[in-house]
Amino acid sequence: MHPAFSVIFLSTLIGVGQGLFLALYTGQIYAMMHLLPTQESHSFYAVGSVLAFFFLAAGLFASIFHLGRPMRGWRAMSQWRTSWLSREVIILPVTLCLVGAYAACHYFSWTTPFFTLAETYPIDPSLVVGAVATISTFALFLCTGMVYAGLKFLQAWYTPLTILNYVLLGGASGFTLAAAFSAYLGTEIVSFYALWAILLTSIAFMIRLSSLIRNSQLKSPSTLQTAIGVRHSIIAQKTQGAMCGSFNTREFFHHQSDERLKTVKTLFLFLVFPTPISLIILALSGIFSVNLLISAFIIQYFGLIFERWYFFTEASHPQNLYYQTVG
Amino acid sequence: MKQLALLIDLNVCVGCSACVTSCKEWNTSGWAGPMSDFNPYDANPTGTFFNRVQTFEVGTFPNTETIHFPKSCLHCEDPPCVPVCPTGASYKREADGIVLVDYDKCIGCKYCSWACPYGAREFDQYQKVMKKCTLCVDRIYDQTLPETERKPACVLACPTSARLFGDVHDPDSDVSQLIRERGGYQLMPEWGTHPSNHYLPRHKVHFTIHEDELQRSDNPLKKEGVLPDLPKDQQTSEDIFTSW
Repeated sequence: MHPAFSVIFLSTLIGVGQGLFLALYTGQIYAMMHLLPTQESHSFYAVGSVLAFFFLAAGLFASIFHLGRPMRGWRAMSQWRTSWLSREVIILPVTLCLVGAYAACHYFSWTTPFFTLAETYPIDPSLVVGAVATISTFALFLCTGMVYAGLKFLQAWYTPLTILNYVLLGGASGFTLAAAFSAYLGTEIVSFYALWAILLTSIAFMIRLSSLIRNSQLKSPSTLQTAIGVRHSIIAQKTQGAMCGSFNTREFFHHQSDERLKTVKTLFLFLVFPTPISLIILALSGIFSVNLLISAFIIQYFGLIFERWYFFTEASHPQNLYYQTVG
Repeated sequence: MKQLALLIDLNVCVGCSACVTSCKEWNTSGWAGPMSDFNPYDANPTGTFFNRVQTFEVGTFPNTETIHFPKSCLHCEDPPCVPVCPTGASYKREADGIVLVDYDKCIGCKYCSWACPYGAREFDQYQKVMKKCTLCVDRIYDQTLPETERKPACVLACPTSARLFGDVHDPDSDVSQLIRERGGYQLMPEWGTHPSNHYLPRHKVHFTIHEDELQRSDNPLKKEGVLPDLPKDQQTSEDIFTSW
Protein backbone atom coordinates (compact mmCIF):
# COMPACT_ATOMS: atom_id res chain seq x y z
CA MET A 1 0.00 0.00 0.00
CA HIS A 2 1.01 3.57 -0.57
CA PRO A 3 1.91 5.22 2.76
CA ALA A 4 -0.34 8.26 3.28
CA PHE A 5 1.24 10.83 5.56
CA SER A 6 -2.11 12.13 6.79
CA VAL A 7 -2.91 8.69 8.20
CA ILE A 8 0.65 8.20 9.50
CA PHE A 9 0.38 11.44 11.49
CA LEU A 10 -3.19 10.69 12.58
CA SER A 11 -2.35 7.31 14.07
CA THR A 12 0.98 8.27 15.65
CA LEU A 13 -0.28 11.57 17.14
CA ILE A 14 -3.45 10.14 18.65
CA GLY A 15 -1.36 7.22 19.92
CA VAL A 16 0.84 9.65 21.87
CA GLY A 17 -2.22 11.53 23.14
CA GLN A 18 -3.95 8.35 24.26
CA GLY A 19 -0.78 6.99 25.85
CA LEU A 20 -0.07 10.25 27.69
CA PHE A 21 -3.61 10.38 29.06
CA LEU A 22 -3.39 6.76 30.22
CA ALA A 23 -0.05 7.55 31.88
CA LEU A 24 -1.51 10.52 33.76
CA TYR A 25 -4.54 8.54 34.86
CA THR A 26 -2.41 5.58 35.93
CA GLY A 27 -0.36 8.02 38.01
CA GLN A 28 -3.52 9.37 39.60
CA ILE A 29 -4.79 5.89 40.45
CA TYR A 30 -1.45 4.97 42.02
CA ALA A 31 -1.50 8.23 43.98
CA MET A 32 -5.06 7.57 45.14
CA MET A 33 -3.97 4.16 46.39
CA HIS A 34 -1.13 5.90 48.20
CA LEU A 35 1.47 4.04 46.16
CA LEU A 36 2.87 7.27 44.72
CA PRO A 37 3.10 10.80 46.10
CA THR A 38 0.08 12.90 45.05
CA GLN A 39 0.80 15.44 42.30
CA GLU A 40 -0.55 18.90 42.11
CA SER A 41 -3.83 19.05 40.22
CA HIS A 42 -3.16 22.28 38.36
CA SER A 43 0.37 22.06 37.13
CA PHE A 44 0.66 18.33 36.64
CA TYR A 45 -2.64 16.70 35.67
CA ALA A 46 -4.30 19.72 34.06
CA VAL A 47 -1.27 20.74 31.97
CA GLY A 48 -0.48 17.10 31.17
CA SER A 49 -3.96 16.30 29.94
CA VAL A 50 -4.09 19.53 27.94
CA LEU A 51 -0.93 18.27 26.26
CA ALA A 52 -2.66 14.93 25.56
CA PHE A 53 -5.67 16.87 24.25
CA PHE A 54 -3.45 18.74 21.78
CA PHE A 55 -1.90 15.54 20.50
CA LEU A 56 -5.37 14.05 19.94
CA ALA A 57 -6.58 17.25 18.27
CA ALA A 58 -3.49 17.35 16.05
CA GLY A 59 -4.24 13.77 14.99
CA LEU A 60 -7.82 14.67 14.18
CA PHE A 61 -6.59 17.66 12.18
CA ALA A 62 -4.14 15.47 10.24
CA SER A 63 -6.97 13.07 9.35
CA ILE A 64 -8.81 15.87 7.51
CA PHE A 65 -6.08 15.87 4.87
CA HIS A 66 -6.87 12.27 4.06
CA LEU A 67 -10.38 13.12 2.89
CA GLY A 68 -11.24 14.15 -0.64
CA ARG A 69 -14.30 16.01 0.65
CA PRO A 70 -13.53 17.07 4.26
CA MET A 71 -16.64 19.26 4.52
CA ARG A 72 -18.75 16.10 4.34
CA GLY A 73 -16.65 14.44 7.04
CA TRP A 74 -19.52 14.51 9.55
CA ARG A 75 -21.35 11.94 7.43
CA ALA A 76 -18.69 9.42 8.45
CA MET A 77 -20.41 9.03 11.83
CA SER A 78 -23.47 7.37 10.32
CA GLN A 79 -22.38 3.78 9.62
CA TRP A 80 -21.14 2.75 13.06
CA ARG A 81 -23.14 -0.47 12.78
CA THR A 82 -20.86 -1.92 10.12
CA SER A 83 -17.79 0.26 9.64
CA TRP A 84 -14.80 0.40 11.99
CA LEU A 85 -13.76 3.63 10.32
CA SER A 86 -17.12 5.16 11.22
CA ARG A 87 -16.69 3.95 14.81
CA GLU A 88 -13.23 5.53 14.92
CA VAL A 89 -14.66 8.81 13.60
CA ILE A 90 -17.19 8.79 16.48
CA ILE A 91 -14.89 7.66 19.27
CA LEU A 92 -12.02 10.05 18.45
CA PRO A 93 -13.95 13.29 19.22
CA VAL A 94 -15.56 11.55 22.22
CA THR A 95 -12.12 10.72 23.62
CA LEU A 96 -10.97 14.25 22.84
CA CYS A 97 -13.89 15.70 24.81
CA LEU A 98 -13.40 13.31 27.73
CA VAL A 99 -9.68 14.10 27.96
CA GLY A 100 -10.68 17.78 27.82
CA ALA A 101 -13.18 17.19 30.64
CA TYR A 102 -10.49 15.40 32.65
CA ALA A 103 -8.22 18.41 32.17
CA ALA A 104 -11.07 20.73 33.25
CA CYS A 105 -11.70 18.65 36.40
CA HIS A 106 -8.10 19.15 37.42
CA TYR A 107 -7.81 22.75 36.26
CA PHE A 108 -10.89 23.84 38.21
CA SER A 109 -9.90 21.58 41.11
CA TRP A 110 -13.11 19.56 41.07
CA THR A 111 -11.35 17.06 43.23
CA THR A 112 -13.52 17.02 46.32
CA PRO A 113 -14.22 13.34 46.93
CA PHE A 114 -17.82 12.14 46.47
CA PHE A 115 -17.15 9.37 48.91
CA THR A 116 -14.25 7.35 50.24
CA LEU A 117 -14.03 3.76 49.14
CA ALA A 118 -13.10 1.32 51.92
CA GLU A 119 -12.30 4.41 54.00
CA THR A 120 -8.94 4.81 52.24
CA TYR A 121 -9.57 5.54 48.54
CA PRO A 122 -11.19 8.93 47.89
CA ILE A 123 -13.35 8.90 44.72
CA ASP A 124 -13.57 12.36 43.15
CA PRO A 125 -15.04 13.68 39.84
CA SER A 126 -11.68 13.65 38.05
CA LEU A 127 -11.33 9.95 38.84
CA VAL A 128 -14.77 9.14 37.45
CA VAL A 129 -14.26 11.22 34.27
CA GLY A 130 -10.83 9.66 33.92
CA ALA A 131 -12.29 6.16 34.16
CA VAL A 132 -14.78 6.91 31.36
CA ALA A 133 -12.01 8.52 29.31
CA THR A 134 -9.84 5.42 29.82
CA ILE A 135 -12.58 3.19 28.41
CA SER A 136 -12.96 5.60 25.50
CA THR A 137 -9.19 5.63 24.93
CA PHE A 138 -9.07 1.85 24.70
CA ALA A 139 -12.13 1.84 22.45
CA LEU A 140 -10.27 4.27 20.19
CA PHE A 141 -7.22 1.99 20.11
CA LEU A 142 -9.50 -0.90 19.18
CA CYS A 143 -11.24 1.08 16.41
CA THR A 144 -7.98 2.42 14.96
CA GLY A 145 -6.51 -1.08 14.99
CA MET A 146 -9.61 -2.68 13.49
CA VAL A 147 -9.68 -0.19 10.59
CA TYR A 148 -6.57 -2.08 9.42
CA ALA A 149 -7.03 -5.47 11.09
CA GLY A 150 -10.54 -5.80 9.67
CA LEU A 151 -9.51 -5.90 6.00
CA LYS A 152 -9.06 -9.57 5.27
CA PHE A 153 -7.51 -9.07 1.84
CA LEU A 154 -4.64 -7.14 3.40
CA GLN A 155 -3.17 -10.14 5.16
CA ALA A 156 -0.24 -8.27 6.72
CA TRP A 157 -2.79 -6.28 8.75
CA TYR A 158 -5.41 -8.97 9.25
CA THR A 159 -4.17 -10.10 12.66
CA PRO A 160 -4.75 -9.22 16.35
CA LEU A 161 -1.06 -8.18 16.39
CA THR A 162 -2.10 -5.02 14.52
CA ILE A 163 -4.37 -3.92 17.37
CA LEU A 164 -1.79 -4.89 20.00
CA ASN A 165 0.80 -2.94 18.07
CA TYR A 166 -1.34 0.21 18.07
CA VAL A 167 -2.09 -0.11 21.80
CA LEU A 168 1.50 -0.83 22.81
CA LEU A 169 3.21 1.74 20.60
CA GLY A 170 0.68 4.42 21.61
CA GLY A 171 1.19 3.48 25.25
CA ALA A 172 4.99 3.35 24.98
CA SER A 173 5.25 6.79 23.34
CA GLY A 174 2.70 8.25 25.80
CA PHE A 175 4.52 6.95 28.87
CA THR A 176 7.87 8.14 27.48
CA LEU A 177 6.33 11.59 27.04
CA ALA A 178 4.87 11.38 30.57
CA ALA A 179 8.34 10.60 31.91
CA ALA A 180 9.81 13.57 30.05
CA PHE A 181 6.93 15.80 31.18
CA SER A 182 7.22 14.83 34.85
CA ALA A 183 10.99 15.26 34.71
CA TYR A 184 10.55 18.70 33.16
CA LEU A 185 8.24 19.69 36.03
CA GLY A 186 10.76 18.26 38.45
CA THR A 187 8.35 15.84 40.13
CA GLU A 188 9.52 12.80 42.04
CA ILE A 189 7.53 10.25 39.99
CA VAL A 190 9.80 10.30 36.90
CA SER A 191 11.11 6.82 37.58
CA PHE A 192 7.55 5.44 37.79
CA TYR A 193 6.75 6.63 34.26
CA ALA A 194 10.23 5.78 33.01
CA LEU A 195 9.92 2.17 34.16
CA TRP A 196 6.47 1.86 32.57
CA ALA A 197 7.86 3.36 29.35
CA ILE A 198 10.71 0.83 29.31
CA LEU A 199 8.29 -2.04 30.01
CA LEU A 200 5.77 -1.00 27.32
CA THR A 201 8.49 -0.30 24.76
CA SER A 202 10.01 -3.72 25.41
CA ILE A 203 6.68 -5.54 25.02
CA ALA A 204 5.91 -3.47 21.92
CA PHE A 205 9.30 -4.51 20.51
CA MET A 206 8.44 -8.18 20.93
CA ILE A 207 4.98 -7.74 19.37
CA ARG A 208 6.38 -5.74 16.42
CA LEU A 209 9.08 -8.33 15.85
CA SER A 210 6.51 -11.12 15.86
CA SER A 211 4.34 -9.26 13.35
CA LEU A 212 7.42 -8.69 11.14
CA ILE A 213 8.23 -12.41 11.28
CA ARG A 214 4.59 -13.33 10.64
CA ASN A 215 4.36 -10.97 7.66
CA SER A 216 7.59 -12.20 6.11
CA GLN A 217 6.06 -15.68 5.88
CA LEU A 218 2.70 -14.71 4.43
CA LYS A 219 1.51 -16.43 1.30
CA SER A 220 -1.44 -14.92 -0.51
CA PRO A 221 -4.20 -17.30 -1.59
CA SER A 222 -4.58 -15.12 -4.68
CA THR A 223 -2.38 -15.66 -7.69
CA LEU A 224 -2.49 -14.43 -11.25
CA GLN A 225 -4.21 -17.74 -12.00
CA THR A 226 -7.13 -17.09 -9.64
CA ALA A 227 -7.14 -13.40 -10.57
CA ILE A 228 -7.93 -13.99 -14.24
CA GLY A 229 -9.13 -17.58 -13.93
CA VAL A 230 -6.66 -19.21 -16.30
CA ARG A 231 -5.12 -22.50 -15.25
CA HIS A 232 -1.57 -22.23 -16.54
CA SER A 233 1.64 -21.87 -14.59
CA ILE A 234 3.12 -19.27 -16.94
CA ILE A 235 1.11 -16.07 -17.31
CA ALA A 236 2.68 -12.73 -18.15
CA GLN A 237 0.86 -9.43 -18.22
CA LYS A 238 1.28 -7.42 -21.40
CA THR A 239 -1.02 -4.42 -20.86
CA GLN A 240 -2.95 -3.09 -17.87
CA GLY A 241 -5.39 -0.74 -19.54
CA ALA A 242 -3.40 2.44 -18.85
CA MET A 243 0.03 3.54 -20.03
CA CYS A 244 0.88 6.18 -17.43
CA GLY A 245 -0.60 4.83 -14.24
CA SER A 246 -4.02 4.98 -12.70
CA PHE A 247 -5.56 5.17 -9.26
CA ASN A 248 -4.77 1.47 -8.99
CA THR A 249 -1.04 1.99 -9.43
CA ARG A 250 -0.92 5.10 -7.23
CA GLU A 251 -2.90 3.92 -4.21
CA PHE A 252 -1.88 0.29 -3.84
CA PHE A 253 1.84 0.28 -4.66
CA HIS A 254 4.53 1.87 -2.50
CA HIS A 255 6.95 2.27 -5.45
CA GLN A 256 9.92 1.91 -3.11
CA SER A 257 13.10 -0.04 -3.65
CA ASP A 258 13.84 -3.04 -1.44
CA GLU A 259 16.92 -1.24 -0.16
CA ARG A 260 14.93 1.74 1.06
CA LEU A 261 12.39 -0.53 2.74
CA LYS A 262 15.19 -2.35 4.50
CA THR A 263 16.75 0.95 5.61
CA VAL A 264 13.43 2.22 6.99
CA LYS A 265 12.83 -1.06 8.80
CA THR A 266 16.26 -0.98 10.43
CA LEU A 267 15.80 2.70 11.24
CA PHE A 268 12.44 2.30 12.97
CA LEU A 269 13.50 -0.84 14.83
CA PHE A 270 16.46 1.17 16.15
CA LEU A 271 14.69 4.48 16.82
CA VAL A 272 11.46 3.22 18.39
CA PHE A 273 12.85 0.54 20.69
CA PRO A 274 16.51 0.33 21.84
CA THR A 275 17.40 4.03 21.52
CA PRO A 276 14.63 5.42 23.79
CA ILE A 277 15.13 2.54 26.26
CA SER A 278 18.86 3.29 26.51
CA LEU A 279 18.23 7.02 26.86
CA ILE A 280 15.64 6.42 29.60
CA ILE A 281 18.03 4.13 31.47
CA LEU A 282 20.77 6.77 31.14
CA ALA A 283 18.33 9.42 32.39
CA LEU A 284 17.40 7.26 35.38
CA SER A 285 21.07 7.06 36.31
CA GLY A 286 20.85 10.77 36.93
CA ILE A 287 22.79 12.83 34.38
CA PHE A 288 20.92 15.42 32.23
CA SER A 289 17.77 13.48 32.92
CA VAL A 290 15.28 16.06 31.59
CA ASN A 291 16.98 16.57 28.24
CA LEU A 292 17.61 12.87 27.84
CA LEU A 293 13.97 12.01 28.47
CA ILE A 294 12.73 14.71 26.09
CA SER A 295 15.09 13.46 23.38
CA ALA A 296 13.99 9.88 24.11
CA PHE A 297 10.42 10.91 23.33
CA ILE A 298 11.31 12.91 20.20
CA ILE A 299 13.48 10.10 18.83
CA GLN A 300 10.79 7.53 19.57
CA TYR A 301 8.14 9.66 17.85
CA PHE A 302 10.28 10.06 14.73
CA GLY A 303 10.83 6.33 14.80
CA LEU A 304 7.07 5.81 14.99
CA ILE A 305 6.60 7.82 11.79
CA PHE A 306 9.01 5.42 10.07
CA GLU A 307 7.25 2.48 11.74
CA ARG A 308 3.83 3.54 10.44
CA TRP A 309 5.27 4.25 6.99
CA TYR A 310 6.72 0.75 6.95
CA PHE A 311 3.42 -0.67 8.22
CA PHE A 312 1.75 0.59 5.04
CA THR A 313 4.43 -0.72 2.71
CA GLU A 314 4.23 -4.14 4.40
CA ALA A 315 0.67 -4.69 3.21
CA SER A 316 0.37 -6.12 -0.27
CA HIS A 317 -3.04 -5.70 -1.89
CA PRO A 318 -4.41 -8.54 -4.08
CA GLN A 319 -5.47 -6.02 -6.74
CA ASN A 320 -1.75 -5.52 -7.48
CA LEU A 321 -1.85 -8.82 -9.37
CA TYR A 322 -3.77 -7.02 -12.12
CA TYR A 323 -1.19 -4.23 -12.40
CA GLN A 324 2.17 -5.94 -12.84
CA THR A 325 3.24 -4.55 -16.23
CA VAL A 326 2.46 -1.24 -17.90
CA GLY A 327 2.65 -2.56 -21.45
CA MET B 1 -34.20 -11.48 -6.13
CA LYS B 2 -32.72 -10.06 -9.28
CA GLN B 3 -28.94 -9.76 -9.68
CA LEU B 4 -27.92 -7.95 -12.83
CA ALA B 5 -24.42 -8.72 -14.02
CA LEU B 6 -22.11 -8.95 -16.99
CA LEU B 7 -20.88 -12.16 -18.55
CA ILE B 8 -17.61 -11.81 -20.43
CA ASP B 9 -16.69 -14.36 -23.06
CA LEU B 10 -12.90 -14.59 -23.19
CA ASN B 11 -13.16 -16.70 -26.35
CA VAL B 12 -14.24 -13.80 -28.47
CA CYS B 13 -12.82 -10.72 -26.76
CA VAL B 14 -10.31 -9.25 -29.19
CA GLY B 15 -9.07 -6.50 -26.90
CA CYS B 16 -10.29 -3.63 -29.06
CA SER B 17 -11.23 -1.47 -26.04
CA ALA B 18 -14.51 -0.39 -27.61
CA CYS B 19 -16.16 -1.20 -24.26
CA VAL B 20 -13.65 1.06 -22.51
CA THR B 21 -14.28 4.05 -24.73
CA SER B 22 -18.06 3.63 -24.93
CA CYS B 23 -18.22 3.28 -21.14
CA LYS B 24 -16.19 6.44 -20.71
CA GLU B 25 -18.26 8.30 -23.30
CA TRP B 26 -21.62 7.35 -21.77
CA ASN B 27 -20.63 7.85 -18.15
CA THR B 28 -18.63 11.04 -18.60
CA SER B 29 -21.64 12.69 -20.27
CA GLY B 30 -24.17 11.62 -17.66
CA TRP B 31 -25.89 13.33 -14.76
CA ALA B 32 -23.21 12.20 -12.33
CA GLY B 33 -20.57 14.54 -13.73
CA PRO B 34 -17.48 13.92 -15.82
CA MET B 35 -14.97 11.15 -15.27
CA SER B 36 -12.00 13.44 -15.09
CA ASP B 37 -8.80 13.13 -17.09
CA PHE B 38 -5.46 14.74 -16.41
CA ASN B 39 -3.03 15.59 -19.24
CA PRO B 40 -5.28 13.80 -21.76
CA TYR B 41 -3.30 15.11 -24.76
CA ASP B 42 0.05 15.51 -23.06
CA ALA B 43 2.81 13.44 -21.56
CA ASN B 44 1.70 11.06 -18.79
CA PRO B 45 -2.06 11.10 -19.35
CA THR B 46 -4.16 9.57 -16.60
CA GLY B 47 -7.82 9.50 -15.75
CA THR B 48 -10.80 7.75 -14.25
CA PHE B 49 -12.23 4.68 -15.93
CA PHE B 50 -14.93 2.22 -14.88
CA ASN B 51 -13.70 -0.47 -17.20
CA ARG B 52 -10.28 -1.38 -18.51
CA VAL B 53 -9.10 -4.11 -20.87
CA GLN B 54 -5.88 -5.84 -19.89
CA THR B 55 -3.85 -8.30 -21.90
CA PHE B 56 -2.11 -11.40 -20.64
CA GLU B 57 0.15 -13.83 -22.44
CA VAL B 58 -0.15 -17.45 -21.37
CA GLY B 59 2.60 -20.00 -22.00
CA THR B 60 6.04 -19.64 -23.54
CA PHE B 61 6.84 -18.76 -27.13
CA PRO B 62 5.94 -20.23 -29.58
CA ASN B 63 3.16 -21.96 -27.63
CA THR B 64 1.47 -18.83 -26.37
CA GLU B 65 -2.05 -17.61 -26.16
CA THR B 66 -3.07 -13.99 -25.84
CA ILE B 67 -5.92 -13.33 -23.45
CA HIS B 68 -7.68 -10.00 -23.52
CA PHE B 69 -9.25 -9.50 -20.16
CA PRO B 70 -11.82 -6.74 -19.54
CA LYS B 71 -12.19 -5.82 -15.86
CA SER B 72 -14.80 -3.64 -14.22
CA CYS B 73 -16.74 -3.76 -10.94
CA LEU B 74 -17.99 -7.32 -10.45
CA HIS B 75 -21.06 -6.29 -8.42
CA CYS B 76 -20.32 -8.91 -5.75
CA GLU B 77 -23.19 -10.69 -4.05
CA ASP B 78 -21.34 -10.08 -0.77
CA PRO B 79 -19.52 -6.82 -1.54
CA PRO B 80 -16.71 -6.18 0.98
CA CYS B 81 -16.58 -2.51 -0.09
CA VAL B 82 -20.09 -1.73 1.19
CA PRO B 83 -19.98 -2.42 4.97
CA VAL B 84 -16.67 -0.58 5.42
CA CYS B 85 -17.99 2.71 4.02
CA PRO B 86 -18.27 5.13 6.96
CA THR B 87 -20.91 7.34 5.32
CA GLY B 88 -23.23 4.86 3.66
CA ALA B 89 -22.31 6.29 0.26
CA SER B 90 -21.46 2.79 -0.97
CA TYR B 91 -24.49 0.58 -1.20
CA LYS B 92 -25.92 -2.45 -2.93
CA ARG B 93 -29.37 -2.05 -4.43
CA GLU B 94 -31.94 -4.50 -3.10
CA ALA B 95 -33.94 -4.50 -6.30
CA ASP B 96 -31.29 -5.52 -8.82
CA GLY B 97 -28.05 -6.09 -6.89
CA ILE B 98 -26.12 -3.23 -8.50
CA VAL B 99 -23.38 -1.84 -6.24
CA LEU B 100 -23.35 1.95 -6.43
CA VAL B 101 -21.66 4.99 -4.88
CA ASP B 102 -23.70 8.03 -3.93
CA TYR B 103 -21.34 10.77 -5.13
CA ASP B 104 -23.12 13.32 -2.92
CA LYS B 105 -22.39 11.36 0.26
CA CYS B 106 -18.88 10.11 -0.51
CA ILE B 107 -16.17 11.85 1.52
CA GLY B 108 -13.34 10.43 -0.57
CA CYS B 109 -11.60 8.50 2.23
CA LYS B 110 -10.74 5.68 -0.23
CA TYR B 111 -11.36 3.03 2.43
CA CYS B 112 -13.77 1.12 0.16
CA SER B 113 -11.05 0.78 -2.47
CA TRP B 114 -8.79 -0.82 0.14
CA ALA B 115 -11.55 -3.32 0.85
CA CYS B 116 -12.01 -4.35 -2.81
CA PRO B 117 -9.63 -7.18 -3.79
CA TYR B 118 -10.18 -6.53 -7.51
CA GLY B 119 -9.16 -2.88 -7.69
CA ALA B 120 -12.50 -2.12 -9.31
CA ARG B 121 -12.94 1.32 -7.75
CA GLU B 122 -11.17 4.44 -8.92
CA PHE B 123 -10.86 7.74 -7.10
CA ASP B 124 -11.75 10.75 -9.23
CA GLN B 125 -8.97 13.29 -8.70
CA TYR B 126 -11.18 16.19 -9.78
CA GLN B 127 -14.49 15.42 -8.07
CA LYS B 128 -12.64 13.92 -5.08
CA VAL B 129 -15.06 11.02 -4.72
CA MET B 130 -14.81 7.29 -5.34
CA LYS B 131 -16.24 6.05 -8.63
CA LYS B 132 -17.06 2.70 -10.12
CA CYS B 133 -19.06 0.86 -12.76
CA THR B 134 -22.80 1.51 -12.39
CA LEU B 135 -23.85 -1.12 -14.94
CA CYS B 136 -25.17 2.00 -16.73
CA VAL B 137 -28.02 2.20 -14.23
CA ASP B 138 -29.10 5.46 -15.90
CA ARG B 139 -29.48 3.67 -19.21
CA ILE B 140 -30.84 0.18 -18.54
CA TYR B 141 -34.09 1.54 -17.05
CA ASP B 142 -34.50 4.48 -19.45
CA GLN B 143 -38.02 4.13 -20.86
CA THR B 144 -37.28 6.64 -23.63
CA LEU B 145 -34.76 4.28 -25.20
CA PRO B 146 -35.87 1.41 -27.43
CA GLU B 147 -35.89 -1.81 -25.46
CA THR B 148 -32.92 -3.29 -27.33
CA GLU B 149 -30.79 -0.34 -26.24
CA ARG B 150 -31.58 -0.68 -22.53
CA LYS B 151 -28.23 -2.34 -21.90
CA PRO B 152 -24.91 -1.08 -20.53
CA ALA B 153 -22.95 0.98 -23.04
CA CYS B 154 -20.07 -1.51 -23.07
CA VAL B 155 -22.39 -4.38 -24.00
CA LEU B 156 -23.87 -2.43 -26.92
CA ALA B 157 -20.43 -1.39 -28.14
CA CYS B 158 -18.76 -4.80 -28.16
CA PRO B 159 -18.25 -5.77 -31.82
CA THR B 160 -17.80 -9.47 -31.06
CA SER B 161 -20.58 -9.86 -28.47
CA ALA B 162 -18.01 -10.78 -25.86
CA ARG B 163 -20.07 -8.91 -23.27
CA LEU B 164 -23.46 -10.19 -22.27
CA PHE B 165 -25.81 -8.62 -19.77
CA GLY B 166 -28.57 -10.21 -17.74
CA ASP B 167 -29.93 -11.52 -14.46
CA VAL B 168 -27.65 -14.20 -13.05
CA HIS B 169 -30.25 -15.22 -10.48
CA ASP B 170 -32.80 -16.16 -13.14
CA PRO B 171 -31.86 -19.74 -14.14
CA ASP B 172 -33.50 -19.30 -17.55
CA SER B 173 -31.73 -16.10 -18.56
CA ASP B 174 -29.21 -16.24 -21.41
CA VAL B 175 -26.35 -15.41 -19.10
CA SER B 176 -27.29 -18.07 -16.53
CA GLN B 177 -27.60 -20.71 -19.24
CA LEU B 178 -24.21 -19.82 -20.68
CA ILE B 179 -22.57 -19.81 -17.25
CA ARG B 180 -24.08 -23.23 -16.61
CA GLU B 181 -23.32 -24.79 -19.96
CA ARG B 182 -19.91 -23.34 -20.65
CA GLY B 183 -18.36 -23.30 -17.19
CA GLY B 184 -18.66 -19.60 -16.38
CA TYR B 185 -16.38 -18.71 -13.47
CA GLN B 186 -15.81 -15.94 -10.94
CA LEU B 187 -12.57 -14.05 -10.22
CA MET B 188 -10.63 -14.72 -6.99
CA PRO B 189 -13.24 -17.06 -5.50
CA GLU B 190 -10.93 -17.55 -2.49
CA TRP B 191 -12.11 -14.32 -0.83
CA GLY B 192 -15.77 -15.30 -0.60
CA THR B 193 -17.02 -12.14 -2.27
CA HIS B 194 -19.19 -14.08 -4.75
CA PRO B 195 -18.81 -11.76 -7.73
CA SER B 196 -21.93 -11.52 -9.89
CA ASN B 197 -19.98 -10.88 -13.08
CA HIS B 198 -18.77 -14.12 -14.60
CA TYR B 199 -16.23 -14.99 -17.26
CA LEU B 200 -16.57 -17.71 -19.87
CA PRO B 201 -13.31 -19.66 -20.16
CA ARG B 202 -11.49 -19.98 -23.46
CA HIS B 203 -11.87 -23.32 -25.14
CA LYS B 204 -9.98 -24.67 -28.10
CA VAL B 205 -11.77 -26.48 -30.91
CA HIS B 206 -9.93 -29.71 -31.78
CA PHE B 207 -10.59 -31.96 -34.78
CA THR B 208 -8.55 -34.67 -36.43
CA ILE B 209 -7.91 -34.90 -40.22
CA HIS B 210 -7.08 -38.32 -41.60
CA GLU B 211 -4.74 -38.79 -44.58
CA ASP B 212 -7.52 -39.89 -46.96
CA GLU B 213 -9.53 -36.80 -46.14
CA LEU B 214 -6.81 -34.62 -47.70
CA GLN B 215 -7.47 -36.26 -51.08
CA ARG B 216 -11.06 -35.98 -52.27
CA SER B 217 -12.01 -39.55 -53.10
CA ASP B 218 -15.11 -38.29 -54.87
CA ASN B 219 -13.26 -35.69 -56.97
CA PRO B 220 -15.56 -35.27 -60.02
CA LEU B 221 -12.65 -34.48 -62.34
CA LYS B 222 -10.96 -37.75 -61.49
CA LYS B 223 -14.19 -39.71 -61.74
CA GLU B 224 -15.03 -38.57 -65.27
CA GLY B 225 -11.45 -38.95 -66.41
CA VAL B 226 -11.36 -35.33 -67.42
CA LEU B 227 -8.07 -33.67 -66.69
CA PRO B 228 -7.61 -30.02 -65.89
CA ASP B 229 -6.53 -27.68 -68.70
CA LEU B 230 -2.83 -27.49 -69.45
CA PRO B 231 -1.05 -24.22 -68.71
CA LYS B 232 -1.73 -21.65 -71.49
CA ASP B 233 1.78 -21.79 -73.01
CA GLN B 234 1.63 -25.56 -73.39
CA GLN B 235 -1.76 -25.66 -75.08
CA THR B 236 -2.01 -26.52 -78.78
CA SER B 237 -4.59 -24.83 -81.02
CA GLU B 238 -6.61 -28.08 -80.94
CA ASP B 239 -6.82 -27.88 -77.18
CA ILE B 240 -8.13 -24.34 -77.44
CA PHE B 241 -10.77 -25.29 -80.03
CA THR B 242 -12.00 -28.33 -78.13
CA SER B 243 -12.22 -26.39 -74.93
CA TRP B 244 -14.94 -24.28 -76.56
